Amino acid sequence: MGELVLFSLATLATMALCICIGSVSLPLKETLTVIWNAIVGLPMPEGISVPIILSVRLPRVLCVALTGAALSISGAAMQGLLKNPLADGSTLGVSSGASLGAVIAIAFGITIPGVPFAGTMVLAIAFAFLSLLIILSLAQKIDYSMSTNTIILIGVIYSMFVSSILALIVTFASDHVKQITFWTMGSLLGASMQNALVLLVSLLLFGGVILRYARELNAFAISEDNARNVGVPVKRIKLVLLIAVSALVGVCVSVGGTIGFVGLVTPHMVRMIVGPNHRRLLPASLFGGAIFLMLADLVARILLNPIELPIGVVTSFVGAFLFIAIFYRSRRARL
Amino acid sequence: MSLLDVQHLSVRYGALTIVNDVSFSLSEGEWLMIVGPNGAGKSTILNAISQGTPYTGEVLVQGRDIKRLRAREIARSIGVLSQSHAMGYGFTVGAVVRLGRYAYSPGLFSGSGEEDEPMVARALELTGLTRFADQNVLTLSGGELQRTFLAQLFAQNPSVLLLDEPTNHLDLVYQKQVFDLIAEWVKTPGRAVVSVVHDLSLARSYGTHGLLLDSGQTAAAGEIGAVFAPEYINSAYAMDVPAWMRRMLAQWQEEETK
Repeated sequence: MGELVLFSLATLATMALCICIGSVSLPLKETLTVIWNAIVGLPMPEGISVPIILSVRLPRVLCVALTGAALSISGAAMQGLLKNPLADGSTLGVSSGASLGAVIAIAFGITIPGVPFAGTMVLAIAFAFLSLLIILSLAQKIDYSMSTNTIILIGVIYSMFVSSILALIVTFASDHVKQITFWTMGSLLGASMQNALVLLVSLLLFGGVILRYARELNAFAISEDNARNVGVPVKRIKLVLLIAVSALVGVCVSVGGTIGFVGLVTPHMVRMIVGPNHRRLLPASLFGGAIFLMLADLVARILLNPIELPIGVVTSFVGAFLFIAIFYRSRRARL
Repeated sequence: MSLLDVQHLSVRYGALTIVNDVSFSLSEGEWLMIVGPNGAGKSTILNAISQGTPYTGEVLVQGRDIKRLRAREIARSIGVLSQSHAMGYGFTVGAVVRLGRYAYSPGLFSGSGEEDEPMVARALELTGLTRFADQNVLTLSGGELQRTFLAQLFAQNPSVLLLDEPTNHLDLVYQKQVFDLIAEWVKTPGRAVVSVVHDLSLARSYGTHGLLLDSGQTAAAGEIGAVFAPEYINSAYAMDVPAWMRRMLAQWQEEETK
């Protein structure tokens, strides 16, 4: 319990830091006053800081934190479910699948009447789930034991396949090129409070489902056979978890595009601190993911100020190195 | 009452028949040894019983069709120990053993029922792992890891144990340890064991009953001594098994007489 308090304090501190720092730096005290007054409904102090904080920085930082938390807990869940430390939305090709769904919705103008950006989101979630099903059933067909390397390899091949379809759509839907590029790069520039709310609701719902199955994930992380032996209804729980993961990845992609490796990097680091037990790992990953992505977003915003990097550039840069490190270590361990 | 009934069990992969119409039943106190040459379908039978592979025929647990039971109910009746375990994450020994109690308290917050901790402690003690409880499983030897999963089974406390070559990768010391532990376990009323064993001497000295398989079919079944009669065993293995065993033993006897 103590570590959760520590993690949430660290998350709040990071959040405050990320709201203050930017192309215009704001004093901490003023920032906190503005946010506090907005929450309790007191009159705002004078100055330009109010719109910067409330309309730009706060929604963005909230979206970044929630996206990080959602991607991270989905990564942790997949790594447990598949007993595979390299599993993640980006390495499995689920994120690519989700962005294909989003792009199809944009290019063909698929919308759900009355609900803004629901079309992209629904298609992103559906494609994320379909991608997971395709990748996992292919992996099982090719290699019944579903070894780490097979799944990753199929994920990579699938991502390449999806990229080619994306390129095809871009060629034909040139009107939407700019919007489409956004999905493939990953950016939370211009995130709104509405986005944050959608992220929060899906995190509460689907993150809650994942947290509920912490014990089952422990059993899966030992092995699927062991899970069945101790009495876990493996098929049902696997399906529920895959749906929850697809929904989270789909929502994240529809809000911020594909942000790679977050679900790989944070659970790995968190596991080094709290150990592999999902009862501690999953909640800690939520906070760890939020902190990691907020810091990555901060770097993306200020590194080449005033030019802003896509956030995916930062996470993939860190993630690629870590991926190699984990891969190297797991190979060495087997020798 | 019979704890486990297997009736007309067949397993086919496409046109290939792995197990063909095998039936047996298991009463309390019995230790059934499934023996036979490689590829005879021994492990496949265990896989089918534990619902790990599709089959035709019926598997009854205490008279009830296993396909109608919930996963937890199956786990409370049948426990499975496989031959080896590739661990991916560094769980503690205690955490692995505690998962054996899953079938009794599946909720997130009902994590520790009253009986859970004493059962886990007892299982660790029986397998000599008490001092390893907080150790990382990635640092264990093969024998210690196999004992960890045996302790998980003891915590799970099913009425029937299914063992798939439980000591295949273990040296003699651990082989004896694991078999003695199971022999002790099955003495409690209401329990029985089915195991696939390669080592015919081990099978013969620990088993009460035998099932000899040859190309997926029952070649002999019944009391262990009868199943090991030369006429059955020699034809299944296509060699003079007793002669080979005597030759192995003779080396040790020469050693003694020197």
